[in-house]
Amino acid sequence: MIMHEMGIAQQLVNIAIDSIPDDIENPKVDKVSLKIGRLASVVEHSLTFCFEIITKDTPLENARLVIESICVTVRCIDCKNEWEVEGPVFKCPFCEDGHVEMLTGREIEITSLELAE
Amino acid sequence: MEINIQKRVLEANETEADKNRNFFKDQNVFVLNMMSSPGSGKTETLCKTLAKLMPRIRVGVIVGDICTTNDADRLEVTGAKVTQINTDQFGGDCHLSANLILSSAIALGCEDLDLLIVENIGNLVCPAEFDIGEDARAVVLSVTEGEDKPLKYPLMFRVADVAILNKIDLLPYLDFDVKLAVDNMKQVHPHLPVFEISAKTEEGFDPWLEWLSVSVFEKTGNGL
Repeated sequence: MIMHEMGIAQQLVNIAIDSIPDDIENPKVDKVSLKIGRLASVVEHSLTFCFEIITKDTPLENARLVIESICVTVRCIDCKNEWEVEGPVFKCPFCEDGHVEMLTGREIEITSLELAE
Repeated sequence: MEINIQKRVLEANETEADKNRNFFKDQNVFVLNMMSSPGSGKTETLCKTLAKLMPRIRVGVIVGDICTTNDADRLEVTGAKVTQINTDQFGGDCHLSANLILSSAIALGCEDLDLLIVENIGNLVCPAEFDIGEDARAVVLSVTEGEDKPLKYPLMFRVADVAILNKIDLLPYLDFDVKLAVDNMKQVHPHLPVFEISAKTEEGFDPWLEWLSVSVFEKTGNGL
């Protein structure tokens, strides 16, 4: 079974390559920065492993993946309380209700690329 | 030189999922994405569910598996329109992505359906991450698994709109604590409706069928 991190890595590479300006000759990417929420189903070392495999012979070969982990924050729809969720418990600690909306924690976002000079 | 991007990596899938949502809206069909770990009894639950819903509700099923058409063969016996996706052809993916759903739905034909059920690939992790343009998501947990599964796979139970606790006919032979399992689901998703059923004996089916029939009716105006 192919891990879904392979598909995510492929999308990541497509976006990164599309973002490199056309007028740069033989571009080489040193670093790709990402934000990954703690609730996203992405295992960092699997993503890095897949990224290394599929970037061979591309401008992204040997680029570092720098991943910023984003904490899970939610807002109670009823009492508007906002808090950071530490474990898998999504009940409002203030009013004990569970109608919550996710604010952060599900991101899988590419934020920037750093090109070699 | 730094290039600022700020883009969601799964945007391509989200775009496809939006296309699916528009297609399903045009076809006036309610779409349920059914997910679970392998062996929880999704297919048997569906076979019994379809037998009870049809012909009042016209149902089609897209079945996802890495390989084999075993589940589709079982579901076809119910008389529902069934199509199989084998992700083996696509590299053995662990989930169904939005682009695979639209072509299957078109091949199946949705114009004469009220309800389209997508039986996703057995896996409590990856399918939770991929929007397929569905109206609702169901997760099936069986009493032969573990009460703590909702805490171990929180995203799946967070994104679900309904949960089924299956195989309750086996409870006399197991140490499974139903209250603890349901409490764990409610920790992750406090207002999650949970239906305790046995797909084998058909115990507990009525509330689940009512939930599904009302959901179909609310979108399509059909089936009640």
